[in-house]
Amino acid sequence: MKDAKVIELEEVAIRFSGDSGDGMQLTGTLFSDATALIGNDISTFPDYPSEIRAPQGTVGGVSGFQVQFGHKQITTPGDFAHVLVAMNPAAIKANARFMNPGGTIIYDSDSFTEKNLQKAGYVTDDPFTESNLLDFRKIAVPVSTLTRESLKDFGLDNKSVLRSKNMFALGLVCWMFNRPLDYIEEFIRNKFAKKPVVVDANIKVLHSGYNYGMNLQHQTPTYMVHSADIENGTYRNISGNQATAWGFIAAAEKAGRELFLGSYPITPATEILSYLSERKDLGVKTFQAEDEIAGISSALGAAFAGDLAVTSTSGPGLALKSEAIGLAVMAELPIVIVNVQRGGPSTGLPTKTEQSDLLQALYGRNGESPVVVLAASTPSDCFFYAYKAAKIALERMVPVILLTDGFLGNGSEPWRIPDMGELPSITPRIAKDAASFKAYQRDEKILAREWAFPGMPGFEHRIGGLEKNISGTVSHDPENHHKNTEIREEKVQRTVDLVPDIEICGDEDGDVLVVGWGGTYGHLISAVRELRKEGKNVSLAHFNYIKPLPKNTAEVFKNFKKIIVCELNLGQFASYLRDRLPGVEYHQLNKLKGLPFTVNEIKEGVNKLLEE
Amino acid sequence: MTEQKYTIKDFKSENEVRWCPGCGDYAIMNALQRTMAGLGIPKEEFAIISGIGCSSRFPYYMSTYGFHTIHGRAAAVASGVKMANPDLNVWVITGDGDAMAIGGNHFIHTIRRNIDLNIILFNNRIYGLTKGQYSPTSDRGFRSKTSPYGTIEDPFVPGQLVIGARGSFFARSIDSNIKMGEAIYQAAAKHKGTSVVEILQNCVIYNNGVHNAITNPEFRAERQLFLEHGKPMLFGAENEKGLIMEKGRLKVAKIGENGVTLDDILVHDATEADPSLHLSLINMSLPEFPVAFGVIRSVDAPVYNVEMTEQIKAVQQTRKITCMDELMKSGNTWEVTGNGNGKPKDCPQKELK
Repeated sequence: MKDAKVIELEEVAIRFSGDSGDGMQLTGTLFSDATALIGNDISTFPDYPSEIRAPQGTVGGVSGFQVQFGHKQITTPGDFAHVLVAMNPAAIKANARFMNPGGTIIYDSDSFTEKNLQKAGYVTDDPFTESNLLDFRKIAVPVSTLTRESLKDFGLDNKSVLRSKNMFALGLVCWMFNRPLDYIEEFIRNKFAKKPVVVDANIKVLHSGYNYGMNLQHQTPTYMVHSADIENGTYRNISGNQATAWGFIAAAEKAGRELFLGSYPITPATEILSYLSERKDLGVKTFQAEDEIAGISSALGAAFAGDLAVTSTSGPGLALKSEAIGLAVMAELPIVIVNVQRGGPSTGLPTKTEQSDLLQALYGRNGESPVVVLAASTPSDCFFYAYKAAKIALERMVPVILLTDGFLGNGSEPWRIPDMGELPSITPRIAKDAASFKAYQRDEKILAREWAFPGMPGFEHRIGGLEKNISGTVSHDPENHHKNTEIREEKVQRTVDLVPDIEICGDEDGDVLVVGWGGTYGHLISAVRELRKEGKNVSLAHFNYIKPLPKNTAEVFKNFKKIIVCELNLGQFASYLRDRLPGVEYHQLNKLKGLPFTVNEIKEGVNKLLEE
Repeated sequence: MTEQKYTIKDFKSENEVRWCPGCGDYAIMNALQRTMAGLGIPKEEFAIISGIGCSSRFPYYMSTYGFHTIHGRAAAVASGVKMANPDLNVWVITGDGDAMAIGGNHFIHTIRRNIDLNIILFNNRIYGLTKGQYSPTSDRGFRSKTSPYGTIEDPFVPGQLVIGARGSFFARSIDSNIKMGEAIYQAAAKHKGTSVVEILQNCVIYNNGVHNAITNPEFRAERQLFLEHGKPMLFGAENEKGLIMEKGRLKVAKIGENGVTLDDILVHDATEADPSLHLSLINMSLPEFPVAFGVIRSVDAPVYNVEMTEQIKAVQQTRKITCMDELMKSGNTWEVTGNGNGKPKDCPQKELK
């Protein structure tokens, strides 16, 4: 019998998949962390249902976690998986369409019972034929039996035993990809520190899985993926929500203000609240409010009283906060509103990603109510854009909406850890001279007012939602309102001096300019790179600054024959561009499936435009 | 800072007061300004937060820090102010529409958390600023522009909500009784936790005389029972009447009749944790009972902002992470050296990298 081959790859995507109770998110996260630690570049994508425990064994209850890692730069979790780990038939059914032709499927053969096949909606006993997966390497592993066997001396009940199944699969995959187990063991020891039996059981099963792979070399291929060629430095793996939370802590430290987060739990933004709640050691104040409105209202109170104030939410929560954002506009207080976008409208697709709140962020309030709008583009750069949003808010006395999305928030990638010294300075506009202080006195150049808060003697003043004159007295004067409305808009526009010029990836001119914003960056850059490799004259302009737009935007657009705006909505950024920078034809590529673009979809869209 | 001596003038702002002539709000503001001037707290440490409604214009007329926010949200905004700076003396000015209707959720949750705020609830049982619609405290059958045939719903009793939300402080006062008001505001300011003061306030334009049956000085002795901690619950022109407990229910008794002596009269204990008797006192209404005024409930309970500060302090005492640089480098990190080509990962180059 000859050993299975060693496959050397530039990049590999693995998808872990099972019931939402099977622990697939943890399995995927542990594998990703272990992989990042040995120097591969990675990108991850958790894909899970909104039901915590949907009916067991059904397609609706399948929870997946995809990670792509490689020798080169990785900017997406991969359109398709090379390896699928399936804990039940439903996982096969749900993921068949995400498989790379000729890939490998490792499945728990114990779970392929008639009942489970039925639950997954298969009508025959051959799910692979039914799902059109014949041309795949299939490795049947009796995971449940083997897990039970390896724990037979532990005296655990059946339920506890089966809870360790995911560790068997993880061990097996670690063997296939030649990942060391020490990091995972360390994690298990820490997580279950108070339950030594659970630690021992999980580590035993992990090793059983690893050894099983080794013993069955003839069946199982192994993969070699060399470390990536990336910038020198200290790295960690970070998700978008964690990076967002940390960006605000860094900003507060830099600005010398305390950090306050008022928030209400909502998928997929809740983790920002969790990460900040952990940081009492750094003095972070978090307030889990009674609703979204109290979340932002408490943050506004904190801004009034001198804290760096933040509120975090997702689409429906942004809608509830809109009146209070209007108050922040009127009161001219520094506040950052984070919207981790999800599929909408209404409750929509809570656990899925979308970019359809752009117009809500720009315009979704009563009256003329301008705010600064930023968008992060990768999990790790959520850190920088949260930091930058805080900087703009504090230095310009203006509310800032930061858009991320479910894909960025839940996804993760290695992050080169910056030094606090590398980050730009933040100088809040704290008032200094009580004698000359007036609530709405402005700096002539940037139009921002000064910040004075309770506790500062001599600066006592009143602000509020009613229109005011310079000294903060209520004013219904028609001229005053007209002037102030223009000033509030102009103040936002003038933050453009904090916005860097848009940089083109590719040539400065050419046939097609791909335009994107926010969380689609990884897929767009991958597609553009591939198109350029194929000799196409295509470049990318990816936007992090939405309002105001970078100064050179119109200039950059002029040099391309065609422009295509790619976004996960029906064309919101395209219509904003049509309004702000008219006279250009904006083609569109749109997708609303609750999923990121695939690189292929983008390439097809661009190729079609090239052929037209 | 040395303790400053203030007079009422120090708390009046330059803004012209624009409530209707004869509005009960004038007297309330007068009593509150006197109270604040007498607390010995530096003026810059007062923050007055209001929602929307006639009463919510209040901050503009004060020379302290003030924030006139949006409808119903004052308690939530004030909570943020107090958490940002727990040294501040934070007051919430609100009305029956603002706090009981649109802001009902914030009202009960603020009380449940027991954040150290003083909530002054102006109850005129009407929407005045929108010109006369019934409010959540209007009586069943009340006729207004939006209930021309009378309302078909029962009102909230604010004190019941306070007790239901596990409130630690509740008092009731009358707009025109400045002396009573001052004593109550002082007690509210002193109390640690959420203090709710309901003021029966008269709207001269849209609900004139709504509280007259209770507040008219002519009937004061018979219809108002002013509760004082540690004192018997007496009322009447000669203090000849009082409250007794009979078969688990409150009852009005006359001293000297049916063998009732002064010793039988209940003695007010505002600090009793069990809210049952406080609730009974809150529920008293005409004609069977006088209406209760004064500090009805004032009990010690954990205060949210104090707990928040303590928790941070406790965590920081044994912390391993003291700054952002340490946090970022904590946990699982790895070094990339040698194999890097020195170029940043991203294209286009990001600002930071």
